[in-house]
Amino acid sequence: MLEDFLFQVEMAAPQIVLGLVNGAFYALLSLGLAVIFGMLNVINFAHGAQFMMGAFVAWMLLNWLGIPYWGALILSPLIVGAFGVVLERLMISRLYKLDHLYGLLLTFGLALIIEGVFRNTFGSSGLPYAPPASLTGAPVDLGFMLLPKYRLWVVVAAFVTCIATWLVIEKTRLGAYLRAATENAPLVQAFGVNVPRMITLTYAAGVGLAALAGVLAAPIYSVNPAMGSNFIITVFAVVVIGGMGSILGSVITGFGLGLVEGLTRVVYPEASATVIFVIMAIVLLARPAGLFGRA
Amino acid sequence: MPDALAPTMTGTLLAIRDLEAWYGESHVLHGVSIDIRPGEVVTLLGRNGAGKTSTLRAIMGLTGRRKGSIVFEGRETIRMSPDAIGRAGIGYCPEERGIFASLDVTENLMLPPRVRDGGLDIPTIHALFPNLKERARSPGTKLSGGEQQMLAIARILRTGAPLLLLDEPTEGLAPVIVQQIGAMIREIKQRGFTVLLVEQNFRFAQTVADRHYVMEHGRVVDAVENSEMAGSLDRLHAYLGV
Ligand SMILES: Nc1ncnc2c1ncn2[C@@H]1O[C@H](COP(=O)(O)OP(=O)(O)OP(=O)(O)O)[C@@H](O)[C@H]1O
Ligand SMILES: [Mg+2]
Repeated sequence: MLEDFLFQVEMAAPQIVLGLVNGAFYALLSLGLAVIFGMLNVINFAHGAQFMMGAFVAWMLLNWLGIPYWGALILSPLIVGAFGVVLERLMISRLYKLDHLYGLLLTFGLALIIEGVFRNTFGSSGLPYAPPASLTGAPVDLGFMLLPKYRLWVVVAAFVTCIATWLVIEKTRLGAYLRAATENAPLVQAFGVNVPRMITLTYAAGVGLAALAGVLAAPIYSVNPAMGSNFIITVFAVVVIGGMGSILGSVITGFGLGLVEGLTRVVYPEASATVIFVIMAIVLLARPAGLFGRA
Repeated sequence: MPDALAPTMTGTLLAIRDLEAWYGESHVLHGVSIDIRPGEVVTLLGRNGAGKTSTLRAIMGLTGRRKGSIVFEGRETIRMSPDAIGRAGIGYCPEERGIFASLDVTENLMLPPRVRDGGLDIPTIHALFPNLKERARSPGTKLSGGEQQMLAIARILRTGAPLLLLDEPTEGLAPVIVQQIGAMIREIKQRGFTVLLVEQNFRFAQTVADRHYVMEHGRVVDAVENSEMAGSLDRLHAYLGV
């Protein structure tokens, strides 16, 4: 009996750990969405496209300029973030006075355009991007399974980024401005804070997080124009479950649902692709504001 | 001395001329003119909906379109953005107090950036408002109404802004607290700050102010020196309907 159970656990562990890798991406992407939504009140449908851009920019940096992975990890979020600044200034900022729906439609349109441009330029078959040499080689022995070094790195990097973002928002003066402006932006502005600029930079930071996730994803998934839209549907479900705009909620829900997905792959593989959406439906019925959202 | 006002400053600190303001299509201020000299406490009296809050919001650039002239320390501010107006040295305490729920008391207190030397330092603020020290880590909105009001005023005293706009700080508070706020406004004045105070309760206004403006339908319709208040009671009763 016990042996049986231990055997089950041993079989399940790899799937669960791999679920954690997916969870790392869910957490990073839904964190960026939460940061943007909290400040701009815009549901950034271009998030998946910006994730994809992050991966492509890493590919371009490597193949066109010879800049390796570690440089891309910093440069790609900055480049894609700068692209976010342009989008926010030129387009998104015109919609703040209107209903959420307009921001959603605009960013959805932008996502389609961005994807289209990349598909036309690079084709849809996908480009290879090798992990850095320091993260290849013998997998790490976790005792119950062997985990490729690179995947371990992804989980750690995503976790550290999420914690760092949370610390900035909860513990710093800049974070206090952000939280206050989420509640009452005009008053924060009347105190002398340049709120419009802060909104632009917040959008850029959220987009930068998406691009960072894209760079992390590049060596795992092939770099292709659809890689963002594959992910983003699930990520929106994660956001709905966690509660729109909750920073900590998005991180916990992201990692948590990655685990749940992994576990489902063991227990009932047929449901692994849909389990998150089933949970979403249940949460929407029982707690429409999400697990961590304020009603 | 941590006083907000440079002793050399004389004349008018804030000069408002023919201020008009809109919220979208609705025209709410129809020509407001107000003068405030350095170191004065001036009130804005008037019935509900007279346009007192709108006047303060228009000074801060928080209404929609504005027209007319608002000169602060010799600088025209009518074209400036709210953050530039705040940094120019005007501290704003809104009618609904504007305490942030997601910030604790200390974060609320430290939120407004310093705009100038001469603000009160934290020890002085904690001496004036001991509750803010005791409750430093509570969420801002867990304070009582009176404490929240104190916090809303204390945080703009910290910034060094020499002109403070206070919108009905006594509204909805118990008489003891109202007295404390009165004492605090006199203390602020003594330290050299200038105050534009919106009030409905002119008996309270009388205990703190040098002068009073009366508003009706988005216009300033009268001005009374505090020393002439006693002789003008009938007139004020008529305006305020009390
Ligand atoms: N956001 C807004 N949009 C449109 N109209 C507004 C807005 N805020 C206030 N008003 C209108 O402007 C007029 C003046 O309102 P205001 O709040 O300035 O009055 P008040 O003198 O402060 O009143 P109270 O004593 O009730 O606080 C009122 O007719 C009010 O209905
Ligand atoms: Mg008012």
